[in-house]
Formats: sequence, structure tokens, C-alpha cells
Amino acid sequence: MEIVPYVLLSLGAVFCAYKAVRSPRLLASALYLAVVSALVSVMLFLLGATEVAVIELSVGAGLVTVLLVYALSMVGEDTQDPPSYIPKPLAFVLVVAAAGLVGWMTLPMLPLPQATRDLLLVDVLWKQRALDVWIQIVLIFSGVLGILGLLTESQTVTEDEIEPEVLESVSAVIAHQEAGLHKPELAPKSEV
Amino acid sequence: MTLFNVLIVTVACLLGVGLYGLLITRNLIKIVVVLQLLVKSVVLAFVVAGNVSGHPGIGESVAATIIVADTIVAVVALALAVQVRIRFGTLDIPKISSLRG
Repeated sequence: MEIVPYVLLSLGAVFCAYKAVRSPRLLASALYLAVVSALVSVMLFLLGATEVAVIELSVGAGLVTVLLVYALSMVGEDTQDPPSYIPKPLAFVLVVAAAGLVGWMTLPMLPLPQATRDLLLVDVLWKQRALDVWIQIVLIFSGVLGILGLLTESQTVTEDEIEPEVLESVSAVIAHQEAGLHKPELAPKSEV
Repeated sequence: MTLFNVLIVTVACLLGVGLYGLLITRNLIKIVVVLQLLVKSVVLAFVVAGNVSGHPGIGESVAATIIVADTIVAVVALALAVQVRIRFGTLDIPKISSLRG
């Protein structure tokens, strides 16, 4: 009876993942993804990984969903997913083969032992894997740049926004260049 | 069926759904969604592997790093998708390719 919650959570996560992939609307896909993230975080919590569960729930179900909805609001309604080039039966066969290979290679492993809490996540993260923390800091700075790219819209300068003096000088340069194109070519220099 | 089998089957099914989505999807934003699905299965796999090996702290720390990296990937990919939509007017990958031949 211990595995009943895990089975229910697994079925829900796989169903919502399938709906996220097959849903024709991107907003529905984003919401199904949030549900998958919440269910996976509950599974992580039940497994004892409470810190990772909290991070997954706040970042995966919260931040990423907000970013997806914001990006969809910027992109607009023209978001229909076109049909794929790869035939769906072929994709299904390939995926079943890949997932079956994963299951076949990992299922014969040892059953789940009682995990020994010898080291806490904080100790491992700050003492053994300090490089990961630095990499995460660099990645977060990259994410800030990505947020700036997400928020920046391309601005096209209209003709009304250009000052008249600049417009006249530019048009004068263009007229001068066009006049220069019609000049007769100079005779080649005589070789000495 | 043990708890470990249930978790591994869940990881394999989520990986399969994610790979299927990657194969049939042509929309840039939906590809980000599918990549998130794949990474969730990988996070679950790392935590399970940490429990199986008897060192759950290591698996959890790697899973936390993966979550951070995946979020940054999603942010940058969404920024790229928005800029592509503004510049090319579409999110369909074959239509934004400028290479011909």
C-alpha cells in the first residue's frame, strides 16, 4: 500500500504530460506543464527530497509558467502548432523503443533501499559540490540577460520621429550618390 | 511491483512523452514546454538514483543544479522565441530558416 500514492501521482503526471504535448493551444500546454511540475514535486517530497521539491514547485510550477504565459501574451494568438514533418506512427515507434530501452536497462537494478541521511543537501552543496553553486550563480546572471531579451521589443523608427535636419542631410547624401552613379567613368590611367 | 519499479516506469514514460513531443513539434514555444517535461523526468531520475545509491544528498544537489540550468534555458529560449516572432512573424521553425538548397 506504500506505492499507491506514487502510482496515482505517476498516472496523473504522465496523463498531464501527454495532454501538454497534444494540446492544440499553447496556453493549455503551459498549464498542463505546471500540473506535471506540481505532481513531480509532490513525488519528490514523498521521496524525502524536500528542498528539491520546494525548488521544483516554486520554479517549475511558478516561475516557468509565468514566463510562458508572459511570452504567449507577447507573441499573440497566432500560436497554432503546425503538423509535424515526421509521421506520428514513426515517432511513436521510436519513442516506445527509447523509453523501453531506458526501462529495460534500469529495472533490473537493485530495489530501493532505505536511504541513509548521512549528508544533508546543504552540506553536499556547499562542501562537496561548491563548483555547482558558482555555476548556478553564473547561470542566474545569464538568466537576467535572457529576461532583458524577453522584455525588450524591437523598435522601428518611423519617419515622423526623425528630425527634419537629419532627414534633409540624408536625402541630400542619397541624391549626391545617385548623381555620382550617372557620371561617366574616368579614363583609365595611362601606365607609366 | 516495488516502489523503485514504479518510479523508473514513471521516468521512462515522461521521457517517452517528452521525446514524442520533440519529434512532432514545430512551434518554438511548445518546444520549450516539451524540454521542461524532459527535464522533470531527469530531475526525478536523479533523486531516485541518489536514494538507490545511498547518497541522497548528492542526487538532490545535482537535481537542484539541473532545475536552475533548465530554468535559464527556458528563459533564454523564450526570449529568442519572442524576438523571432517579432522579426519573422512566425514561430514555425521551417519558415524561419533562411538557408535554402
